[in-house]
Amino acid sequence: MKLTGAQALIRSLEMEGVEVIFGLPGGAILPVYDPIVESPIRHVLVRHEQGAGHAAEGYAHVTGRPGVAMVTSGPGVTNIVTALADAYMDSIPIVVISGQVATPSIGTDAFQEADTTGITMGVTKHNWLVTDAGEIPRAVAAAFHVATTGRPGPVLVDIPKDVSNASMEWYWPTSEADLDLPGYHPAIEGDPEAVEAAAALIEQAQRPVLYVGGGVLKARGMEELRRLVDLTGIPVTTTLMARSAFPSSHPLNMGMPGMHGTYTAVTAMQKSDLLIALGTRFDDRVTGKVPAFAPDALVIHIDIDPAELGKIRRPDIAIRGDCRVVTMEVREALERRNGGAGDAGGERAHRAGRGDGAAKSRNGGGGSGLPDLSPWIRTIETWRQEHPLHYEPQAPGERLKPQMVIETLAALTPDDTILVTGVGQHQMWASQFWQFEEPHTFVTSGGLGTMGFAVPAAIGAKVGKPGSMVWAVDGDGCFQMTAQELVTANAEGIPVKIAIINNSYLGMVRQWQELFYEERYSEVYLSPDLPDYVKWAEAMGCVGIRVTEPEEVAPAIEKANAIDDRAVVIDFRTDSFEKVYPMVPAGASNDDIMEMPTTSTRDAGRSSERKAS
Amino acid sequence: MTAGGIRSIGNANPGADAAAGAGMAVTASGAADNAASPGPAKRGPARSHILSVLVENKSGVLARVASLFSRRGFNIYSLAVAPTDNERFSRITVVVDLESAPLEQIMMQLDKLVNVVSIAELAPSDAVQRELLLATLKVDPAVRSQLVELVDIFEGKIVDVGSASLTVMLAGEPEKLDSFENLVKDHGIVDIQRTGRVALQKL
Repeated sequence: MKLTGAQALIRSLEMEGVEVIFGLPGGAILPVYDPIVESPIRHVLVRHEQGAGHAAEGYAHVTGRPGVAMVTSGPGVTNIVTALADAYMDSIPIVVISGQVATPSIGTDAFQEADTTGITMGVTKHNWLVTDAGEIPRAVAAAFHVATTGRPGPVLVDIPKDVSNASMEWYWPTSEADLDLPGYHPAIEGDPEAVEAAAALIEQAQRPVLYVGGGVLKARGMEELRRLVDLTGIPVTTTLMARSAFPSSHPLNMGMPGMHGTYTAVTAMQKSDLLIALGTRFDDRVTGKVPAFAPDALVIHIDIDPAELGKIRRPDIAIRGDCRVVTMEVREALERRNGGAGDAGGERAHRAGRGDGAAKSRNGGGGSGLPDLSPWIRTIETWRQEHPLHYEPQAPGERLKPQMVIETLAALTPDDTILVTGVGQHQMWASQFWQFEEPHTFVTSGGLGTMGFAVPAAIGAKVGKPGSMVWAVDGDGCFQMTAQELVTANAEGIPVKIAIINNSYLGMVRQWQELFYEERYSEVYLSPDLPDYVKWAEAMGCVGIRVTEPEEVAPAIEKANAIDDRAVVIDFRTDSFEKVYPMVPAGASNDDIMEMPTTSTRDAGRSSERKAS
Repeated sequence: MTAGGIRSIGNANPGADAAAGAGMAVTASGAADNAASPGPAKRGPARSHILSVLVENKSGVLARVASLFSRRGFNIYSLAVAPTDNERFSRITVVVDLESAPLEQIMMQLDKLVNVVSIAELAPSDAVQRELLLATLKVDPAVRSQLVELVDIFEGKIVDVGSASLTVMLAGEPEKLDSFENLVKDHGIVDIQRTGRVALQKL
């Protein structure tokens, strides 16, 4: 069967099971947009290519399937580079199809020409410039294979206009060998000897911590993690990328580690004698000063990407493999070595954990030779009680507390609500104060820290999970970067809900200037009402709501929850001077964690803040 | 350091190193120490290693390798690339500066490139290494015969002769080329070009 390159491309996407493309057409990609008219694939027309990329990421986050974006050459591609870089840092599988100028024009500085493969080389797992229409099915199949296997990540397929117009004989690669990837061999199973060695270390540990990263969500390893915790009773901390991998309500969940992590999680890691690092990469926002990070801990590092093993912290046991599979292998090794404490024992442990508090969960292990962790768990419980996450309630005359807004939002939305955030203070508060009970319900920009991620990512998430409520908690600074995608949302019938934590500042930068630059505020003030967020929302076809009083918070959220035919934006006017605590200053040891100052010192600080503003 | 001084990745599961009780990073630093073998003063970093990288023979592959080194802050001392006997593949021989990053990290990051098929680390003591040098030298007629004799001793070839200069070709181990370069320096070097080393594992 003869097809044009463009038809072959769309056909290839159909073969890959693609149900939606986020994109924006242009000259070089024009031929590919023609067969989209007949294709069953839905196309969501974004207003800026960055939005297409983040929407594809949001879709991939919540479905586990690769998100697809399509853009034209030149500025189309350069606009989506941020999303590629974001997906690369957070290992999100997205496939970007880009148009390119015709092959004879490549290298001549033609209209809308850019060195796409060169520009995106450093921010993709791999990219392809297809110069022969006959290669299109193979390139698309290879792109999806590379994006979704091993450590997932973004890929890009660049198609010159003459290649889309050329004719080819249709085929579809039926095996991996057809993909022509001789250098690509991701490993799945862990090395059995290393798994056994890991089990031996776990049996000796008195103060173990499961340090869980986004790899667990990528590998769909949540249930295996739960079973390992049930068997061993080891406390868990989940990084920003792993929020929702383990239920917030579980008694052994210590919360988030790192710069704005809970005192309990940060301190437990510092005092630990064994870190079991699962699909995580010892990011500087977690470790703080690396030589001072968890100084007494042995490290078992499990990751599908061997380059992460030893990149930052030398592991004592390194296991390359899929997080779900290796977690299962480690649990099975522990069960084998300890007299086959099987599912029944695990169930007992689980019930004990739920019923009597975490300290006793180990006792249910049924003949297990695993050590008694109850002293360690008691210590953790003490930290948890003495150093909870907290904030000062709103005093009369003050503006809304952002934490209260987020807590109220969490309380008034179903457990399977998908929470999407931008980057900054609101993101940290969202991670701290949301209750995560269902996996894959948190979509955020972690590694790259991309302001403007929330609105388009929420659109992608809602397209991927139309049955779930999707709320974005966004900052006022972030919102202004990509808000125009709400036009997309309303034009395409994608009813997302946006809660702007409007503190009229670039809040995180303001916080750092307050704490580390002697309150010299430089270029961080934004204004609470320029733009007027309600009018702006309405102009884009949304329902806009403004909330200034605490008693309006819950009714506004309930009103938004009831709207399902268009997007909703709530402008929450929040306290400008609220800071994210706890905080480990950049480059400091995690031992130097700063907690929220007491009321008296805080008030002294606030009076000077007011003067400064 | 595994026996034989040759480690390779591409098909091997690196987890096996860790299972043997030595973490991967331990293995890497062990290898690095071994590389700093005493020897004659050489040009180039004291702690260098040779990586023989088999890559797909496709456009842009060298750019991917170079871009990776640049982005991750790894230093390349020399790099040579040419097709292999199989036209699908090329071999890049790269001498890396181990001051900049642990060898293990460089190898693992390289291996992540989809176009990189396999990587072998060649310890200098276990590899045959050669490099080619072309040098145009100023020749004072009074010392021409002296210079020709020197080229002979080094088993070099005179490949071009001018009235006041000549061009010499010399192949051999990089250290030999260093010595030759040192000896002819005083005669006056007009231009010199070395290829960077290529290497194969000893049988």
